[in-house]
Amino acid sequence: MTLLAQAPAGLGNPAIDYHAIAPELVLAGTAFAVLLLDVFLRRQRKWYAMPLSFAGVLGSLIAALTLIGERHETFGGTFVVDNYALLFKVFFLTTALVILLLSLRYFREGRYYQGEYYFLLLCSFVGMLTMPSSRELLMLFISLELVSAPAFLMAGLRKTDPRSNEAALKFFLISVLSTAIMLYGMSLIYGLTGTTKLAGIAEALAGPIGQSNLALAAILFVVAGFAFKVSAFPFQFWAPDTYEGSPIPVAAFLSVASKAAGFAGLLQLMFVAFLPRADFWTPIFAVLSLFTMTLGNLIALQQRQVVRMLAYSSIAQAGYMLLPFALAGNSAAVNRDAFAATVLYILIYGVMNLGAFAVVIGLAREAPGALISDFNGLSRRNPAAAFALTVFLVSLAGIPPLAGFWAKFFVFKAAITSGRALGAWLAIAMVVNSVISLVYYFGIVRAMYFEPVAEPVRTLRIPPLVAAVIGLALIGVITIGVFPPLFTRFPGISTLIGR
Amino acid sequence: MNGWEQSAITLATFLPAAGAVVIALVPGDRDRFVRSLGIVFTGAALVVGIVMLFGFDYGARDGLQFELNASWISAISARYHVGIDGISLPLFELTLLLTFLCAIYTYRILPSPGRPKAFLALMLLLETGMAGTFIAFDLVLFFIFWELVLVPMYFLIGIWGSANREYAAIKFFLYTLFGSVFMLLGFLAMFFKSNPHTFDIIDLQKFGAMGGFTRGIQLLVFAGVFLGFAVKVPMWPFHTWLPDAHTEAPTVGSVLLAGILLKMGTYGFIRIALPILPDAARVWAPIIGVLAVIAIVYASLACLAQKDLKRLIAFSSVGHMGFVMLGIATLTDIGVNAAVFGMVAHGIITGMLFFAVGSIYDRYHTRQIADIGGGMLQKLPLLAGIFTFTAIASLGLPGLAGFWGEVTSLLSSYSPSNLLVGAGHLTLFRALMVFGGIGTVLTAGYFLWMLQRVNLGTVPEGWRDQALPDVTRTEILAWAPLLVGILILGIFPRLVFGTTNDAVTALVRVFSG
Repeated sequence: MTLLAQAPAGLGNPAIDYHAIAPELVLAGTAFAVLLLDVFLRRQRKWYAMPLSFAGVLGSLIAALTLIGERHETFGGTFVVDNYALLFKVFFLTTALVILLLSLRYFREGRYYQGEYYFLLLCSFVGMLTMPSSRELLMLFISLELVSAPAFLMAGLRKTDPRSNEAALKFFLISVLSTAIMLYGMSLIYGLTGTTKLAGIAEALAGPIGQSNLALAAILFVVAGFAFKVSAFPFQFWAPDTYEGSPIPVAAFLSVASKAAGFAGLLQLMFVAFLPRADFWTPIFAVLSLFTMTLGNLIALQQRQVVRMLAYSSIAQAGYMLLPFALAGNSAAVNRDAFAATVLYILIYGVMNLGAFAVVIGLAREAPGALISDFNGLSRRNPAAAFALTVFLVSLAGIPPLAGFWAKFFVFKAAITSGRALGAWLAIAMVVNSVISLVYYFGIVRAMYFEPVAEPVRTLRIPPLVAAVIGLALIGVITIGVFPPLFTRFPGISTLIGR
Repeated sequence: MNGWEQSAITLATFLPAAGAVVIALVPGDRDRFVRSLGIVFTGAALVVGIVMLFGFDYGARDGLQFELNASWISAISARYHVGIDGISLPLFELTLLLTFLCAIYTYRILPSPGRPKAFLALMLLLETGMAGTFIAFDLVLFFIFWELVLVPMYFLIGIWGSANREYAAIKFFLYTLFGSVFMLLGFLAMFFKSNPHTFDIIDLQKFGAMGGFTRGIQLLVFAGVFLGFAVKVPMWPFHTWLPDAHTEAPTVGSVLLAGILLKMGTYGFIRIALPILPDAARVWAPIIGVLAVIAIVYASLACLAQKDLKRLIAFSSVGHMGFVMLGIATLTDIGVNAAVFGMVAHGIITGMLFFAVGSIYDRYHTRQIADIGGGMLQKLPLLAGIFTFTAIASLGLPGLAGFWGEVTSLLSSYSPSNLLVGAGHLTLFRALMVFGGIGTVLTAGYFLWMLQRVNLGTVPEGWRDQALPDVTRTEILAWAPLLVGILILGIFPRLVFGTTNDAVTALVRVFSG
């Protein structure tokens, strides 16, 4: 260890700031400990992996919290810990805690490969932690793959179910395709600009190189790769099948954490590296956003299966998150607003969507198919769960005074105050979409409250850990809704842009 | 005293919301206790409201009273700015009164499937949203209150409504939401185009009066907020949600829908659209006037064709709100005064009408006029008497509350604002007055015809031997304030006009040029 630290910088072994990568180290260590532990556990005790993972994530979270207010750079400036990175790291780690809580009972009862699952989950989260810190194309690529690769396996964990196999395979094939395109784009960018650092790319693109068609094609390719990750149109095909086939906690993971990771990378690429050519890519994002939200909403209307519906809903929500990208340009103030709007949307979406998935997981034991009709009369079988799910769905639809409204509000505000006609039109498209989304969100509410339930009413019991998650998300959604400054100040502190 | 001044409005507005939480947390199935809690909380809010009536300075020419302007969301400079003036006061008090009466009514009467806890919690939440809309002086805050009514009303209709309730509930929700999201975009545009950026309604009014917004922006923004308000009013042709929602809703839901929710739309026009966007208002006024009169005539014709008693009352609301909108469209102090008076009178009268129709349904278990078949004056003399009295008030008989709003509104359209006259709209508005006048005749026609078919004649075979109970004590308790109110406002219209006039005059000053 000491040898390594003392090695001269010229040898290409730069000093490593271990404090900066402490969260990742703790998490990666835990992941291997979990894998190792699994070998020595008897079948009935395999679930011990979950408390161990939980402790590891908690440790990682504490490590991340010790970094607050500091700025670290390591690996020659390719890995940066600033408040932007920390914001996402804390968000990812909190999400990880929630996913772990949701997973325990589901995987224990399902007799899945628990040790492997927790190992893969933690690995994926390591990738998420490095994502917002990556200020260089290779780091970004590695992070993205580290997020994705374990997810293929997790999606296929229900090995005996053909739908789960299909889920994993579809996910894998489309992912590989988009990764190849993205990697090609990255290589072009390196060839053109001579650097893989985001800031360096921005400088080069601002010059004559940025005018070349090749540069534009490269940007397009890289965007395509990330569009897959955030399940944007036309790369959204995998999401519904994959979500439906995966174990439900994995679907929750994919729709919140994995998607947020994609956005964490995309935000850096677009608002830092490619910003000089915003004039070229903002129309692309306008189209991406418009089609993603509209398509997601219209298809969600047809769904009978809740996880599938939530998958399309999450596609539509990704469309809303993409909207602010289309506003980027020369004005630092507009960029800051747009950037903050997307970040805030991701954070709030995470809270409310995890809440909704938690309720679905709560029902999973008796309704593994998670059809909307399985929710019939839930208001009488478990009034608290029905109330909570109603709050999450109302929030997803963006009705005040709940958190989801503020997420949308800030996007609207960024769009209108950009002062461009494009922004106003996109805002109009988005409000129309919000109204459409109400129909399918309230399809579930309708089932829970208006549909009769067979007598005698069987009370539904929700496992305590899942109930705890539901309770926390509920408190979050309502408190943020009533007093938004709790959350709205976070995106504002990010110094990634507006320098 | 200062603390009271600042907190009175907040107290009256959020007491019901607090009550909703308390009621929701009451363990078990304590039916009576829960229903008393409903009365206690709405009553407490009403008491605060009444005390405010005495503290209100009726002589103040301008400005807000009981004002509180606290920081809320600094990131978007949205503030918790509440206050009350002569226009807000009557509507605010009406909200507190009507909800209190609904709580009394619910003490004995609750449609299937019961569940008083959920019903009252939702009703109280609804009250906070309605009351808040009339006292919010920040656009974001206004929007929050505005939307807060949607979810409770959706459930009130969807769970406790009649046969076609689910359709009516989601239709109500979608229509109003569709309108209001465009309104939100309009608000954001106001924020963006104001200098300095602000959501404060008072500041925006000042900015708008100075001509801060260009004409093009005003027209666009007006279109956005128009959609939001017009759906809520509802103005023809955005009214189609109303007959469904009002007909299917439980009695209390219809009372609050007609009594207060509709006023949020007209209030929005008066408070936000007109003063902040005066140039656009001038352009839009003739359109609004025409739509208003179409609503009057269309609604009265539709009423003539109704077979369902409740649906008839629902359609009559469209017509009455047409008179309110006509008053607003004149952009004069007389017209806007008439509008506010019309809103209060319609709230009391139509609220009472829906109570009466609800009680008629409770007796006959049908709302079809043909099935009731007449003779109610013999069968249920007291209920029929109250129904007659209210219906006659609604058709605008002089001496009762319904008269003043409509006649003043017609009067104001004889001489609309000078700005409109200057733009050559005088003939149009006089024609509108004539058609509106025809509307009043038709209104009298359908109400009298309805009374004839329901109240007069002999009791039909089927009902003759059935013992139908007349008005109960709970009903009398819940209705008495409304019945007295109809009479008093009819005799002393000054009670409302005197309150609103100064605020209205200040508000339309921008159109006097």
